[in-house]
Amino acid sequence: MNDMSTEGYVTEDGRKIGGVLMEMKDISLRFGGVKAITDISFNIREGEIRAIIGPNGAGKSSMLNVISGFYIPQEGEVWYKGARRPQMKPYEVAQQGIARTFQNIALFEGMSVLDNVMTGRLNHMKTGLLAQSIWKGKAEAEEVANREKVEKVIDFLEIQHIRKTPVSRLPYGLKKRVELARALAVEPSLLLLDEPMAGMNVEEKEDMSRFILDVNDEFGTTIALIEHDMGVVMDLSDRVVVMDYGKKIGDGTPDEVRGNQAVIDAYLGVSHD
Amino acid sequence: MFYREAGDFKTSYVDDGQTFPIKFDRYRYYFVLFVAFAIVPLLVNDYWVNAIFLPFLIYSIAAIGLNILVGYCGQVSLGTGGFMAVGAYACYKFMTGMDIWIGGVQYALPPINIFFSVILAGFVTAFVGLLFGLPSLRIKGFYLAVATLAAQFFLVWLFNKWSWAYNYSASGQINAPEREIFGVAITGPSTEAWATYLFCLVFATLTALVARNLTRGSVGRKWMAIRDMDIAAEIIGVNPLRAKLSAFAVSSFYVGIAGALFFAVYLGAVEVGEAFGIQKSFIVLFMVIIGGLGSIFGSFAGAAFLVLLPVLLKLMLADQAQSISPVANVFGWLFLALFAISAIMFLVSAVRSRSIISTSALYWLGASIATFIIYALTIGGMGWPTDIVAHLQFVIVGALIIIFLVAEPHGLAQLWRVSKEKLRLWPFPH
Repeated sequence: MNDMSTEGYVTEDGRKIGGVLMEMKDISLRFGGVKAITDISFNIREGEIRAIIGPNGAGKSSMLNVISGFYIPQEGEVWYKGARRPQMKPYEVAQQGIARTFQNIALFEGMSVLDNVMTGRLNHMKTGLLAQSIWKGKAEAEEVANREKVEKVIDFLEIQHIRKTPVSRLPYGLKKRVELARALAVEPSLLLLDEPMAGMNVEEKEDMSRFILDVNDEFGTTIALIEHDMGVVMDLSDRVVVMDYGKKIGDGTPDEVRGNQAVIDAYLGVSHD
Repeated sequence: MFYREAGDFKTSYVDDGQTFPIKFDRYRYYFVLFVAFAIVPLLVNDYWVNAIFLPFLIYSIAAIGLNILVGYCGQVSLGTGGFMAVGAYACYKFMTGMDIWIGGVQYALPPINIFFSVILAGFVTAFVGLLFGLPSLRIKGFYLAVATLAAQFFLVWLFNKWSWAYNYSASGQINAPEREIFGVAITGPSTEAWATYLFCLVFATLTALVARNLTRGSVGRKWMAIRDMDIAAEIIGVNPLRAKLSAFAVSSFYVGIAGALFFAVYLGAVEVGEAFGIQKSFIVLFMVIIGGLGSIFGSFAGAAFLVLLPVLLKLMLADQAQSISPVANVFGWLFLALFAISAIMFLVSAVRSRSIISTSALYWLGASIATFIIYALTIGGMGWPTDIVAHLQFVIVGALIIIFLVAEPHGLAQLWRVSKEKLRLWPFPH
C-alpha cells in the first residue's frame, strides 16, 4: 500500500481507514548521551490499529511517552489532526483526546472501579466548584449524564459485577481491563496501549484482543499499541512499525513486515560468518 | 442484624449516587439531624455546650477541612493552627469594621453581620491557604509538611507583630464584641447556650454537606486521583496545579471558618500563640488520623473522640466520686484494672494481627468499653491528681495514633464500617 496517499485505504476485511491523524516527523530523543530514539517518522491513520514492535530496549515505550507528552523530543515534530503540536504538558495532551494505558498498571488504588472509570470523564465535566458544592441541579445532571456514558463502557468491557469493588482488591487481568475502561471513558480520538497483554495467560489475551478489535470496530477508535506477543500483533494490527535500537527498521502491513529481512535479523539475530 | 439492604432497589443513577444509599442509613441520618436541631437545643446548658458541643462542632469543621487536603488530596499539612488564626483575625476585622485603602483613598468598612463575617473569614483563609499551597507543586510528603510548618510559625508571628490585625489593642489580644443575629446574641459575654450551639451546628451541617458534595463529584475525583497516583491523574487530563491548589483553598476555607468560630463563638478572646499554636495543627491532624483519612464521618468521629477523651478521663479519674467508701474504692480499682487489661490486650491483638478489625481485637475492644461503662456508671471518679490524668491522656492519644497508623489508616470510620458489616450477619456469620 502507498504510505504517502492522503485519502487512506481499505483493509482486507473491508474497514475504511481515513486520513492521517497523527504524524511523527524525524523524532529524536536522547537521555544525556543515550539515544533512545533516532530520526523516526511514521504516521497513524484515523480508524486503524497501529502496532509498534521491537526487541527489548528498542525505544517503543519512549515513543509512546513522546506521543503522550511525558518526554519532549530534542528534535522532530509531532503533528496531530493536521496541526503541529506545540510543547505540551501530559494533561494538555490528554485534553486533546489522547488516552493511554500503562505497561505496569496505573490505576487509582484507593477508589472503586466505578470511580476509576469516572475519572476518564473528568475532561468532559465542566461544572465549577460552586455548582459542585450545591450538587442538586447542574452538578448532579452532569454526573448522571457522564455516569450513563461510563456504564456503557462498563457493559462493553463486561465489568458490571465489580463496579463498586475497590480496585486494590482486583486480580491483575481485571485491573488491566479496568484501565482500558478508564481510557475508553475518555472517548479518545487516539488510544495508546502500552503492552495491554503483558503478563496474561492465553485466555485473557484472547479476551483482551477481542476487546481491542471491538473497540476499534464499534467506536471507530484509532489505536496505537505496543505488544511483545507476535501472534497477537500480526493478527490485530493493520500496519506495524518495527523499531530496533531506537531506529525504525520496518513499516508496513503485517505481511510486509514479516518478510522484511531487517526485521527478521533483529528478532532472530544475524549469523556472523 | 441492625439493618438490611435487601429489597432496597435502585432504579436511577441519582438514587445510586446518593449519600446514604440504604434506606435505614438515610432515616438514621434524618433522625440525628432532627435530634441535633430540635431536641438538643432544648436540653443543653452552659457546661455541655462549652465543654463538649462547641469544641466538637468547631473541631469537626477543621477536621473536615484538613481531611479534604490530607485524606482526599494526599497533601500533608501542619499549618492548620496558623490557618485557623487567619480565620479568627479575619473574622475579628470583619465583625469590628476596618479601614481599607483603595488607590490611596481610605474607606471605613462598617462592621459586618457575624454570620457573613465568618464566611468572609473563610474566603480570606482560602486565599492565604492557596498561597501556602503553591510549594506543593514542587515538593511532596515530608518536605511539604515542613513547608506548611513554616506557614504555621510565620502566621502566628505575623499576628503577634501586625498591630493592625488586633486593632492596636494594648494586650495584643483580640476580643469578640457582642454581635447578634435576629436579636439573639451569638458572641460576647451574654450569650445563651442554645444560641451558640445552633450557630455552630448550622455551620457544621452546611460545611459537611458541601464537603460531601465536593468529594463525590468530579472535583473530589480529581483530588483522589492526585492522591493515589499523580502521573496517572495527569495522563487522564487532571491539571495537577489546579487540583492541588483547589484542595488547599477549599481546605483552608473550612479551617478558616473553624478558626473564626473558635475565636468568636467559643473562646471570645484570643491570644494567637496560645490559641492557634502548633498544638492545634497536631490535634486536628490527630483527629483526621484517628477518625479516618478520606472520610467525612471520620472527621466527626475523630473530633468527637479527641474532645470527649479528656472530659471522660477527668470524670473517670480526676473527679472525686460522690461516696468514697472503701468498698467502692476497691471496686473502682478492680474495674479500672480490668479496663486497663482489656485495653492493652486490644492494642496488642490489633498490632499483632495488623488489623483493628480482627475478631480478637474486636472482642477486647468490646470488653474495654463494657468495663469502662460499668466503672463509669457505678463508681465515678478516682480522685487522682489532674496532672497525672493529663499526662495519661497524652499516653493514650499517642498509643492510639501508633495503632491506627500501623493497623488501620482509615481509622474510626473504617472500624464503624466493618462493625456494620459484621453486625449485618450477626449472629449467623456463616
